Amino acid sequence: MKRNIITAILMTIVTTILLGLVYPLVVTALAQVLFPHKANGQLISQDGKLIGSRIIAQPFTGAGYFHPRASAAGNGYDAANSGGTNMGPTNRKLINRIKQDVTAAQSENPGKPVPVDYITTSASGLDPDITPANAEFQLPRVARERNISEDQLRQLVLQHTEGRQLGLLGEPRVNVLELNLDLDSKFPLQKRASR
Amino acid sequence: MTFNGWLQIAVFLLLILAVTKPLGAFIIRVFNREKTFLDPVLRPIEKLIYRTTGVDEEHEMAWTEYAVAMLLFSVVSMLLLYLVQRVQGFLPFNPQKLGAVTPSDLAFNTAASFTTNTNWQAYSGESTMSYFTQMAGLAYHNFVSAATGIALAIAFIRGIARRQMETIGNFWVDLVRCCLWVLLPFCVVGSLVLVSQGVVQNLRPYDKVTIVEPQQVPHLGTDGKPTLGTDGKPVMDTVTEQTIAQGPVASQEFIKEWGTNGGGFFNANSSHPFENPTPLSNLIEMFCIFAIGSALTYALGHMTGSPRHGWAIWGAMAALFLVGVTVAYWAEARGNPQMHGVDQHVSTVQPGGNMEGKEVRFGIANSALFATVTTDASCGAINGWHDSFTPLGGMVPMVNIMLSEVIFGGVGSGMYGMLVFVVLTVFIAGLMVGRTPEYLGKKIEAYEVKMAMLFALVFPLIVLLLAAVSSVKGFGTSSIANPGPHGLSEILYAFTSAAGNNGSAFGGLNANTPWYNTAIGFACLGGRFLMKIPMLAIAGSLAKKKFVPPSVGTFPVTTPLFSVLLIGVILILGALTFFPALSLGPILEHLLMNAGQAF
Repeated sequence: MKRNIITAILMTIVTTILLGLVYPLVVTALAQVLFPHKANGQLISQDGKLIGSRIIAQPFTGAGYFHPRASAAGNGYDAANSGGTNMGPTNRKLINRIKQDVTAAQSENPGKPVPVDYITTSASGLDPDITPANAEFQLPRVARERNISEDQLRQLVLQHTEGRQLGLLGEPRVNVLELNLDLDSKFPLQKRASR
Repeated sequence: MTFNGWLQIAVFLLLILAVTKPLGAFIIRVFNREKTFLDPVLRPIEKLIYRTTGVDEEHEMAWTEYAVAMLLFSVVSMLLLYLVQRVQGFLPFNPQKLGAVTPSDLAFNTAASFTTNTNWQAYSGESTMSYFTQMAGLAYHNFVSAATGIALAIAFIRGIARRQMETIGNFWVDLVRCCLWVLLPFCVVGSLVLVSQGVVQNLRPYDKVTIVEPQQVPHLGTDGKPTLGTDGKPVMDTVTEQTIAQGPVASQEFIKEWGTNGGGFFNANSSHPFENPTPLSNLIEMFCIFAIGSALTYALGHMTGSPRHGWAIWGAMAALFLVGVTVAYWAEARGNPQMHGVDQHVSTVQPGGNMEGKEVRFGIANSALFATVTTDASCGAINGWHDSFTPLGGMVPMVNIMLSEVIFGGVGSGMYGMLVFVVLTVFIAGLMVGRTPEYLGKKIEAYEVKMAMLFALVFPLIVLLLAAVSSVKGFGTSSIANPGPHGLSEILYAFTSAAGNNGSAFGGLNANTPWYNTAIGFACLGGRFLMKIPMLAIAGSLAKKKFVPPSVGTFPVTTPLFSVLLIGVILILGALTFFPALSLGPILEHLLMNAGQAF
């Protein structure tokens, strides 16, 4: 018994050093050498300053941008406070929120049913992607705002549509931040005065 | 439901089938202390550990000493985790300058939950835990709690395999060999593969980035509500920055799944793009959750000299898994009938279905699959919020845990949990034909069946008792986020998850209260240790027994008939215990949802 107590204490210390410190630090070193960009969060910089991470959603609300999925992370898109709404399927708050958002969405794009990922919150609150259906739903608004044809914009969206990984895994998706950055470089927003 | 969705599920199951034999054979060699190709590197480290900790690797333990060593190690390492959380402000690797984890009941809850392989999280990782605590406290326990579970499963298998022996192995040796051979090498390689997919691995402070389009957001007061200006309109703040949490995630992410722990580095767990960035990383994570549990069926078969028995159990597990994933996938793909004007139909441009609390890259099939896998095993990682699943979709994970997580199961705990059901199955089969039940040449007698029943009763007792108290008392109901029958589901899920050492949650429930932190902490401990001791007692008792050669009256445990009977016992025991509670929670909610009711 006494011997096992001593072993338990020493074992905790020794394994903590090995598994709790040596292991993660060695993996960090290897990761920083092998995949530095990925290991640091795929940060994008523009004109010398960081403007976001490729795989973390950031808020876009302007009519000239594609909007990411709704976020319940902190006060919205808080990448230091990830999370979802955790609203259950029969929660009146959820049903009412959906009802309101559907009405707003349909006023922008009458007659079309609203893609489900457009009006639901993501799990992480930081979902970088929208479905191609969601992009198509937002497309007329963005094209109008940027004074380009819908077909022109559709081409651009298509370039940013990622298929299933290895042709099999996951779902087709469009990365919102990359699409919006490409929009800004190819079709900069006109002065609002023209509208 | 789509062809592609089913194909992804089929590919997943085939990968698990493929890994069972090679990994199982490797695990056998490790615990039989035979040579492996990793010995040149690991053997010197192993010897060094024994020397510094005073372990005699030739010493064999009776089940009682094995249990005592296991308990002592759990107590000491749990105390250390508690301490680390409370003093993390003074420790290194804390670029965010996070202070001590408070209140103390939260630190207790976390220590209990990680020591028991539960990884229930009443805190939000990125705003509570320093990098030091995540690495040396939480990820460390991911290793040792998993290794403890696997060691115990192996000890149980030895109990069945050995004849007229008093001992079932050496806990310290099993623990160390499991960490060094079965966990560590896979984690080093696996976490780098995850990094290649985009899981972050760094020690940098959180990055502040300047967002592309500055945003106007309502200013929130200290009460969390928008502040109103003198004109009665909300005061607006201009947000130009986003803070992006970082950390040594990949090294924790891999062991989180490989050891079926499930505690996320971030609050959003495996739905966070930094924990699970691509569909491939998602497949790898799900694969890791099942790999060891599945391999242990092979180890069981071979160590007891009855390979086909191992596969018969594998078959029962696979069948139960398929039932679960089918129901969850169907329910989530069907969507929420109360979302009017919303296109929930599947097409080539969207997965449709119930997307609240799910990520686009995973869609419906992979979210339903992940939820099934993580609760079949005692993992508890999530890639979508179970609380926002449809009632039946959310019932699948709950039922999986209620069946004691024996469907591939937590590493180790799934195996010994399943073996207890096997003992009960053999007993019931024996009663049917009126013979003394035998299991792989060992007579199953009153002592084993009593211990098996104790094992089977502890779990529902903890769950139902604590859930009952919480659903009638104010300190329990005030934490509910979703009213109506869903509220009962939230409470029921919490205690099921804790006692089952799963750790996933209906996350809306505000569990960071003194009552829930304490009750759930004790539920974790009870669900782990009160179940392990009767299980080890069975192992010890079986090891002592004489071998009885099979006769015509022996019920063969290698046939599909056995698999079916085993499934029957698991389902009947689970259903009899939990059906009344389920009918008041998810089943009632399902009916009301279809009838257009909201709460």
